Amino acid sequence: MTFLSYLISGLSLGSIYAIIALGYTMVYGIAKMLNFAHGDVIMVGGYMSFVATAHLGWPPLASILLAVVVCTLLGVTIEQLAYKPLRAAPSLAVLITAIGVSYFLQNAAQLIWSSNPKSFTSVVQLPSLKLFDGQLTISSVAIVTIAACILIIIALTFIISKTKIGKAMRAVSEDKEAAQLMGINVNQTISVTFAIGSALAAIAGVLLSSAYPLLMPTSGAMPGIKAFTAAVFGGIGSIPGAFWGGLLLGLIEIFGKAYISTQLSDAIVFSMLILVLLVKPTGLMGKKIHEKV
Amino acid sequence: MNLKKFGTKTTRSHAITYGLVVLAFIFVQILDGTGTLTSSLRGQLVPICAYVVMAISLNLTVGILGELSLGHAGFMSLGAFSGVIISIALQERVASEPLRLLAALLIGAVIAGIFGFVVGVPALRLRGDYLAIVTLAFGEIIKNVINTLHVGIGPNGLRVSMTDQAALNLGEEGTVIIQGPMGAVGISKLATFTAGFILILVTLFIVLNLIYSRSGRAIMAVRDNRIAAESVGISITRYKLTAFIISAALAGAAGALYALNYSTVVARKFDFNTSILVLVFVVLGGIGNIRGSIIAAIVLTILPELLRAFNDYRMLIYAVILILVMLTSNNDQLRHLLGRITGVVRHGSKKRPNGEGATHV
Repeated sequence: MTFLSYLISGLSLGSIYAIIALGYTMVYGIAKMLNFAHGDVIMVGGYMSFVATAHLGWPPLASILLAVVVCTLLGVTIEQLAYKPLRAAPSLAVLITAIGVSYFLQNAAQLIWSSNPKSFTSVVQLPSLKLFDGQLTISSVAIVTIAACILIIIALTFIISKTKIGKAMRAVSEDKEAAQLMGINVNQTISVTFAIGSALAAIAGVLLSSAYPLLMPTSGAMPGIKAFTAAVFGGIGSIPGAFWGGLLLGLIEIFGKAYISTQLSDAIVFSMLILVLLVKPTGLMGKKIHEKV
Repeated sequence: MNLKKFGTKTTRSHAITYGLVVLAFIFVQILDGTGTLTSSLRGQLVPICAYVVMAISLNLTVGILGELSLGHAGFMSLGAFSGVIISIALQERVASEPLRLLAALLIGAVIAGIFGFVVGVPALRLRGDYLAIVTLAFGEIIKNVINTLHVGIGPNGLRVSMTDQAALNLGEEGTVIIQGPMGAVGISKLATFTAGFILILVTLFIVLNLIYSRSGRAIMAVRDNRIAAESVGISITRYKLTAFIISAALAGAAGALYALNYSTVVARKFDFNTSILVLVFVVLGGIGNIRGSIIAAIVLTILPELLRAFNDYRMLIYAVILILVMLTSNNDQLRHLLGRITGVVRHGSKKRPNGEGATHV
């Protein structure tokens, strides 16, 4: 029974990582940049939902909607102001800019909401599920998180494989110049990608704050790094890779905490990543890089 | 003939770099002597030295070797804690403080260098962003493991435990050095500004000599074109590892210097943000530009101090400056715009006798 409950909390944490990692991996696939500010967009999403429920008294669904709208706008604005002027710049310059944006968001949040942790009321107010005569309790947040993750991956796969904008995304990620020559608006496609990624970050922020209800300006940093790890784990740039990578990472973290050591859980997660990369240097589902002389 | 000219040019360039460091040292000593140095700035002197060494050593990895490392603080951390352990362990046996500091710096460098080898062998097989993530993971592992370590020294020698302090079995005479998440405590502050200055000179000497040696040219050849370098018989792994290990060892020495400037130090100090901070120094100073790294490390460590007047807004302003500098230095349109504006500023400041209008960023 305890195994099952660990499995479910692992899947639930993994689902959150997967949702964040999907945003990371999409942006990486198309803009070829590591968006280190992604974790802080999660934090903004959490705060937006907090403000809506705690201060404005909005219902949970409306608060999620607010978080999604604000984060989407934020993501697109960041892309337009900070990343778009650097399309032709070396990747390290873009990386540092992303870090600058991350500092900016964290410190702005600290000025607005102070660094004291805010206690977040879960957006899911359903009773938890009791199975096997009460031996196994599954929190409603965990169920909603896992369901949300599955819905998101289905929707994303549909968008990317069936719609016109999805086709454009694939084309841009394959070859930016060729895509442009075929009449695809590259800038618009990148903006849409950032919008989707940031909307996912908002959802992840709300779910994360519901599961771990202490909200701080730095709340997004560690989940951001972990999700980035998950994206690399699965093969960065690959959508199914981010999904499986996220789930696996969540499971490893929870099982590591439960059966090996609570204190060393981060070390276990990151050691697994190094091990996987040693065997499969481009992640579980990453494309092999062929080098031409 | 041409080669000779090249030689004198690099010698001159080296002389300028060393000269700048020496001048900065003398300048600070004069400021300190006349009492114009604020106490908060004086407290920053040793950390600045440590960050300068960090920036130079990371530039060796990022600029010269051409691999992105996001876990440089991990090596700093290893150096810091092994340096602290050695300095406390030698407290009874070695009376001379500079000698103990030297031992701490050396051991810090050696331990970090060994880990540089351990991480380097697998990591350097990977490319680009995958290598970056492995170094990030390494930094996080080091932080996490040191956070759970308990180390003490007693009559039976050095004791290490991963569970708690009681497991160390130190007895009454023992001293606890590292207390898990509380970090290392009871450090005697051995680090001095002069020691930091000497460490910078030694680092410069090692790195500049490496870059302009046969090995250095091989390393840069690997960076510029791996396949071409391999085809002319350069051993990729060997040169990559050489650069990576030296870089790690220098970071370890910097860590030992940094830690011995405080009475307590925690593993959380050397996290991802510290790695990124040093990376920012390297990128802003110019990738592959050693002198630039030194200047960027100094300016960017002092900058938050200078922005203290803005109180709560200072880190926000720091972030905005960082973004603006990256945008203006990498975007052609903005660069032209800035060129025009600074042209105006320069023109304007000439008219002012004191030159107060000049901005220093």
